[in-house]
Amino acid sequence: MKMANLAINHINKSFGNLTVLKDIDIAIEDGEFLVLVGPSGCGKSTLLSIIAGLDDHTSGSITIDGKSVQGLEPKERDIAMVFQSYALYPAMTVEQNIGFSLEMSKMPKPERLERVGKVADLLQIRHLLKRRPGQLSGGQRQRVAMGRALVREPKIFLFDEPLSNLDAKLRVEMRTEIKKLHQRLGATIVYVTHDQIEAMTMATRIAVMKDGILQQFGTPEDIYDRPANVFVATFMGSPPMNLLPAVIVDGSQGLSIQGADAMLPVPFSAVTRAPQGKKVLLGIRPEWLSLASTSTYQPTLDLYVEVVEPTGPDIFVALRLGEREIMGRLPTGSRTRVGEKARFAVDLSKAVLFDAETGIAI
Amino acid sequence: MSLQLDAESAAILSPGIDLRISRILGRYFVYGCLVVLAAIFLAPLISMLFTSLKSMDEIRSGNILSFPKALTFEAWQHVWGSACIGVTCGGLKGYFGNSFLIVVPATLISVGFGALNGFVFANWRFRGDHILFGLILFGCFIPLQIVLIPMAGLLGVLHLAGTIPGLVLVHVVYGICFTTMFFRNYFVTIPAEIFKAARIDGAGFWAVFVRILLPISWPIVMVSIIWQFTGVWNDFLFGVSFAAGSSQPVTVALNNLVNTSTGTKAYNEDMAAAMIAALPTIIIYVAAGRYFLRGLMAGAVKG
Amino acid sequence: MSLSKRLGKIMPAIVLSPSLAVVTLCVYGFMAYTALLSFTDSKMFARFDFVGWRQYGRLFESPRWIIAIENMAIFGTLYIVCATCLGLFIAILIDQRIRFEGVFRAVFLYPMALSFVVTGVIWQWLLNPGLGLEHMMRELGWTSFTFQWLIEPNRAIYTIVIAGVWQVTGFVMALFLAGLRGVDTEILRAARIDGAPIHKVYTRIIIPALRPAFLTVFVIEAHLAIKSYDLVVALTKGGPGVSTELPSTFMYSMTFTRNELAVGAASATVMLVTLASIIIPYLYSELRHEPTT
Repeated sequence: MKMANLAINHINKSFGNLTVLKDIDIAIEDGEFLVLVGPSGCGKSTLLSIIAGLDDHTSGSITIDGKSVQGLEPKERDIAMVFQSYALYPAMTVEQNIGFSLEMSKMPKPERLERVGKVADLLQIRHLLKRRPGQLSGGQRQRVAMGRALVREPKIFLFDEPLSNLDAKLRVEMRTEIKKLHQRLGATIVYVTHDQIEAMTMATRIAVMKDGILQQFGTPEDIYDRPANVFVATFMGSPPMNLLPAVIVDGSQGLSIQGADAMLPVPFSAVTRAPQGKKVLLGIRPEWLSLASTSTYQPTLDLYVEVVEPTGPDIFVALRLGEREIMGRLPTGSRTRVGEKARFAVDLSKAVLFDAETGIAI
Repeated sequence: MSLQLDAESAAILSPGIDLRISRILGRYFVYGCLVVLAAIFLAPLISMLFTSLKSMDEIRSGNILSFPKALTFEAWQHVWGSACIGVTCGGLKGYFGNSFLIVVPATLISVGFGALNGFVFANWRFRGDHILFGLILFGCFIPLQIVLIPMAGLLGVLHLAGTIPGLVLVHVVYGICFTTMFFRNYFVTIPAEIFKAARIDGAGFWAVFVRILLPISWPIVMVSIIWQFTGVWNDFLFGVSFAAGSSQPVTVALNNLVNTSTGTKAYNEDMAAAMIAALPTIIIYVAAGRYFLRGLMAGAVKG
Repeated sequence: MSLSKRLGKIMPAIVLSPSLAVVTLCVYGFMAYTALLSFTDSKMFARFDFVGWRQYGRLFESPRWIIAIENMAIFGTLYIVCATCLGLFIAILIDQRIRFEGVFRAVFLYPMALSFVVTGVIWQWLLNPGLGLEHMMRELGWTSFTFQWLIEPNRAIYTIVIAGVWQVTGFVMALFLAGLRGVDTEILRAARIDGAPIHKVYTRIIIPALRPAFLTVFVIEAHLAIKSYDLVVALTKGGPGVSTELPSTFMYSMTFTRNELAVGAASATVMLVTLASIIIPYLYSELRHEPTT
């Protein structure tokens, strides 16, 4: 299948005074799986519509395979799209639904049926071809919607929150399936979701958006381990990253946690960049805490255990440090009891410091 | 005093029994009222039917609701084929035919345009689209007296005055407002993503309309057809204003027959004529009452 | 851009334009024309010699128009009040989870399928003093029963109310029934659990919740009342004399039989303004609440 790189160049969109998208600049290579993620209203679906040609933008350009698609109708952009509501044509059979785009491009019927058949086999829905959307389950509709996209063999697949109408179990199944499909076809995919787990599990690149502004663009590891700002740190990951207000002391060597009588050394990565007296936020993911053994070389905090929530593979613990609440994530079997004070080791090699005023990572 | 207290405490102690009695009484009340009211509402139709099947002698000896002793279809035959209306004595049948000649094209054309307009209003955003739709909506509700004078002039200019095509035109013009509203309000309930998907699949205006929309639009097509059919069939004002003599619809002929007859009133003939004029819409009501009601409701409550 | 692509872009405009042209001309153009005509001294034919408000002066000095307006007030008020009350009452009865609901609904609604002319003809028969209702009641033993409203100038307008209410009540019932079915049943259950008696539930919760339905019903009834023409023509011909004249019949006779085109136009304009003052705020509020898609 022919695949293409996609460049979103300085896209702006506004309605009068309302800015919907501000200077979005993203480029991906062939075969990448780009996830646009952010809270509702962040502009991710609008951006997808602009890529598809369903929506206009105010300035900037989209190039697919190095060529600008400015002014091209959606059908001329060599893209295919899967919608949140699946948007299947109610009066057509599955076969007609999948083959509709080929029919519109006047492909002869035998060839069309062959293409539809191939896609149906790929998605294991051949037995459904004569049915209508109303006779299908949610998962089956989802497959038909994907079939409708696959049959066009486009350069880029666009997915607009395709799993959000499915129940939790099916959602996980389809997630895996889409990922498999991506690996098998080597397709270039742009995928919109508000679900950070979907973003983390599927993407090769993630673009985190908020209020029409691109917050961070990078690999899932980048986004998770090195969030560019406080928003990304708290939006990605569940439970979110703990943020502890602190002040740099001891000649840029120490962190005094505000609202608690506790000190930690400044993470090595930030030592040279945080002057004495600066107010910062110390970002620690819940799993970067562990019960300290007596021989630990890591810095430790003495924390009061307030709530213990076993989830199966992990135990979530709500911990208290002075006025601050901290979430920890411990392996099952860790011995903690509600009401006790325990010593926790903090993996400061991973911890992130944010400027308390701007929220930007130091 | 103590008796009253006893009754009260009894009611409190056995609320179940008390409730049940009032509930049974309530049921009798509900059904009693409904049956009486239904009888009152049905009486005019029954009287119309019975009277049309009686002779004038029996009408004089019986009453408005008495069942005809000697069924006779004479009144029906007379008003259908030979009653004098105006200067001709050919009965209602020609006018009945006129009504069909007016209703069928007027309904089909206005529903066709309404479907297309509704599609455009539901799916294309352009400057002032809401205002334009509001203006069409208001067109549904104007008192038609306001257009009678200029419309008469326009029909004259088009050489359609007093003709059936002229009446078809008038009914199409003022029907389009309603059908546009019906279709637009139906189409806006279809998820916008379907239209986006169609655009990505490369379907143009007509492909979307014919292949995707029309196959799922039959409920609103039914509603619109029934609305237009009953509306145009039952029209009197346009018919009496713009039709002449032999091109008049059946409602105008009915009124002429009933209200210009000289001598003693032949009520059996009046009722037979009224039955004939009412029959097509009554049949539609019986056959497709659900769509008739939906049309009424859609015409009353937009959105 | 290719020709077919350009054509595709403007197809919606092409499709919409004939209807828009027709509506612009035949609704708004004609409105303007009629309004303009009402400021001229046109008699049998339209001529554009403007005379200012003179025709409106003549209109409101005409005793026949005054009667028409008075009748409109009587008819409109009674028609709206009676149909609303009766329609609401029947809707509440039908909402009591009764059997044969469909049959009852169909019986109350069928008059709405009839032409106003048919309705007029039927009631002319039922209410005729010789052989109608009066005759039946006397035959049943109530020999002193008199019912001659149809031929009494002071009463004839009420016969139009009766026929009109009979025709529209089913529709009003359907509108209220839809409103009643839309009331949140959880609120009703909560009220019953709080110990509210059934009539209190109706007066305090359900009927206030029907406010939108009341508004719709009122607008529809007012609209039908102002437009009423066929019913009067078929039932009383505006008579006896001019005792059941309505604005609509007045307009028609001025325009088409009395050769007073300008007066007819003035009366039509008054009707339009009256109706518009009811309809426009209603449409505005209905459209405003609509989500833009």
